Amino acid sequence: MTVFLRNQMRIIAPFATLIVLVAFFSLTSRSFASLDNAANVLTQISVTGIIAVGLTFVILCAEIDLSVAAIANVTGIAVAYFTLQEGYVNIANVPLPGFAAILLALLGCFMLGLVNAAGITLIGIPSFIMTLAMMQIGAGISALLVRGQIAYAVPDLVSLLGAGRVAGIPCLVLVAAAFLLAGHLVLTYTRFGRYVYMVGGNREAAEYAGVNVRLVLGAVIVISAMCSGVAGMLGVAHFGSAQQNEFDGYLLDAIAAVVVGGTSLFGGRGGIGNTIIGLLILGVLNNGLDHIQIDSFLKILIRGLILLAALIINVYVQKVRDSA
Amino acid sequence: MTEEAAPPLELRGISKSFGGVAALRDVDFVLRAGEIHGLVGENGAGKSTLMKIIAGLHGQYDGRMAIDGRPVHFRSPREALAAGIGMVHQELSVVPDLTVAENVYLGQQPTKAGIVDWRAMVDGARRHLADLGIDVDPRARMGSLAIGLQQLIELARVLFSGARIVILDEPTSALSPPEVQRLFEVLRGVRASGRSIVFISHFLDDVLAISDTVTTFRNGRLIATEAAGSIDKGWLIQRMIGRGHEELEGSYTGAIALHSKPDAAVVLGVRGLSAGRAFADVSLDVRAGEVLGIYGFMGCGLIELARTLFGKLRADAGTMSIDGKTLRPRSTAEACRAGIAFVPESRRSMLFHTEPVYKNMSISVLGRIGRLLLRPSVEKDIARRHVQSLSIRPPTVETLLGSLSGGNQQKVALAKWLTWPPKVLVLSEPTRGMDVGAKEDVVRIVKGLRDQGMGVVVLSTEPETVLSLADRIVVMKKGRIVREFAGETVSKDQLLEAA
Repeated sequence: MTVFLRNQMRIIAPFATLIVLVAFFSLTSRSFASLDNAANVLTQISVTGIIAVGLTFVILCAEIDLSVAAIANVTGIAVAYFTLQEGYVNIANVPLPGFAAILLALLGCFMLGLVNAAGITLIGIPSFIMTLAMMQIGAGISALLVRGQIAYAVPDLVSLLGAGRVAGIPCLVLVAAAFLLAGHLVLTYTRFGRYVYMVGGNREAAEYAGVNVRLVLGAVIVISAMCSGVAGMLGVAHFGSAQQNEFDGYLLDAIAAVVVGGTSLFGGRGGIGNTIIGLLILGVLNNGLDHIQIDSFLKILIRGLILLAALIINVYVQKVRDSA
Repeated sequence: MTEEAAPPLELRGISKSFGGVAALRDVDFVLRAGEIHGLVGENGAGKSTLMKIIAGLHGQYDGRMAIDGRPVHFRSPREALAAGIGMVHQELSVVPDLTVAENVYLGQQPTKAGIVDWRAMVDGARRHLADLGIDVDPRARMGSLAIGLQQLIELARVLFSGARIVILDEPTSALSPPEVQRLFEVLRGVRASGRSIVFISHFLDDVLAISDTVTTFRNGRLIATEAAGSIDKGWLIQRMIGRGHEELEGSYTGAIALHSKPDAAVVLGVRGLSAGRAFADVSLDVRAGEVLGIYGFMGCGLIELARTLFGKLRADAGTMSIDGKTLRPRSTAEACRAGIAFVPESRRSMLFHTEPVYKNMSISVLGRIGRLLLRPSVEKDIARRHVQSLSIRPPTVETLLGSLSGGNQQKVALAKWLTWPPKVLVLSEPTRGMDVGAKEDVVRIVKGLRDQGMGVVVLSTEPETVLSLADRIVVMKKGRIVREFAGETVSKDQLLEAA
């Protein structure tokens, strides 16, 4: 029994953190614990959630992708760039039919992911550096496309998925849920998913077992870019505008969600279940701090401290488990 | 009290258990001044645990320990070192990017007004190394030296830091015979200065050659302590494993008759294979149903050759063929598809320690079990079959691999290639660091595979390994094949001479 508990610590500890946070905000704020607010929290974490799905794959392989927010930004801007804008938008864009705009935007983020993958697997650049460069490249492409202006219109489908509702539920939340579910199924039930865990757990051993390690690494990097691209398009629809630096905060949020949830930065352990809990911790924390009466400048610090505490628990749990 | 001075190290009634499993039971151990004391036993027999207690790595144990008659109880390696006990581990803890002198003085550099006194350090290191008979430039970068020399320098550092008792764990496993001789000379010098040495090794010849006294362990108990001059290898093996093992004993002592099969079909053909400075112009034929042994000293290119055959390293020149079809593997996945399997020398780099046994076994056959989806029940069934046929302990497939003993881990590593047998199995150092019993199991498994018609290549720097497995032997020297033994009788001495 103790062994079983110890094995489950990676999920139990973040889950306990989440319960404590929810309990705390429910007790200290009258407006926090309501169905409406729960829907708010879910909507607020949806864009991060879609990015975090791809990032979970990457971190499980013991790599990192720092270009997720930049790729989201480029893709969001690209889909607007290929959509007919109102007359007052001063961007020399190329209006195309909606499906073509979406396909081109997706192709764009796929290509950026492919460049990342080639740099990491073929040339051998560490993912930390390669994606740092891609972060800059993405920012550069975004800047060239909008040139400091703001675009508003996106294709109808993007608009529906990013800002519409079905039966009162925001489509954005449904898309995020679908991505999380798909990610979980791939990681748990497919051969590729097993390879992701094995490559992250011991890359050399995976190679000696005949696993095509470079293909797996390349694939997770491309998956990460595609998830970011979708998040970027829907995010633009959700925010109602496409502009430079729109997604800057999402890089740290997505990494934090994956790691706070209990997925190991050293690879091989964790999964989408952990990421979901991490997303909820982050969402509850961000949302809850707005519901209680404290100095709004202090909130930033408190948020940092709570994240630190969650990470300490994560590392501690890892040690308890590894000493088994 | 007796006239004699108390021994430098004395242990009485030492017991130690890990989570309810006894690792040591009521062990008495005495180390005398100016003595080299050999320690032998199977893996898990308790010798490493005892040495870790002495070196302060295990603070929790029952029993009494005394240094020069004074009772002590170490709780950290630092305390043990302060009392004059140093340990040289199998995996060296030198800093490759620092100079020899800096390594000798590690953590205690001489300073002048707070600044490192480089001249004093270099001169001091040179003097100290010369005293031990080690000839090396103290300004050389550690990483640029041969492994045997690095080991001597680590020994020098331990002695320099004041150790009067030095524990050496498997010091000869990575050394060539001339390096072993040099180590022995240094050890004799240390003994002459009145200091004591504990020599732990699986290489019984080495233990008998250097030790004054030999102690054998089995199942956590001390079985016997004898003067080295009055015993031989057979006696030691019997004490270590407790029953007769004629087949293995042969490869240790006598000459082995090779049985090659010159008419069987060639499964793996290698022509003029070269890779950088590691090896050049290697040509080999591996036939179905035979074990080809490749023997050579450390650094002769064996490790690189094994990796090149499996597509982990790329060849600069030459060709490989499987069943006559040319193969130029650019990745391990490609080599694997062509029917080559590989088990590297380090268990750490071929297994997933935090994953269960069945996932370790299924990793290389997942593509055959299901193209897209996993089928865990099939995986477990296959794993259960292997666990049973290889008698892996404990006999469950859900056990985390890291909790298995070394020998059982090696069986798991072999098992992952047994479900759909490959055409060629390349084994690098298949029995390194294993006890006699586990070695015998591995020999039996490999011979079983050969009898099913697999072509097996065994590369090893241990003559016993090659002799106990091979039907035909080639000897590699400085990256080239220099000798082939086939259809004749060959002994360890002949192999050593050829290399």
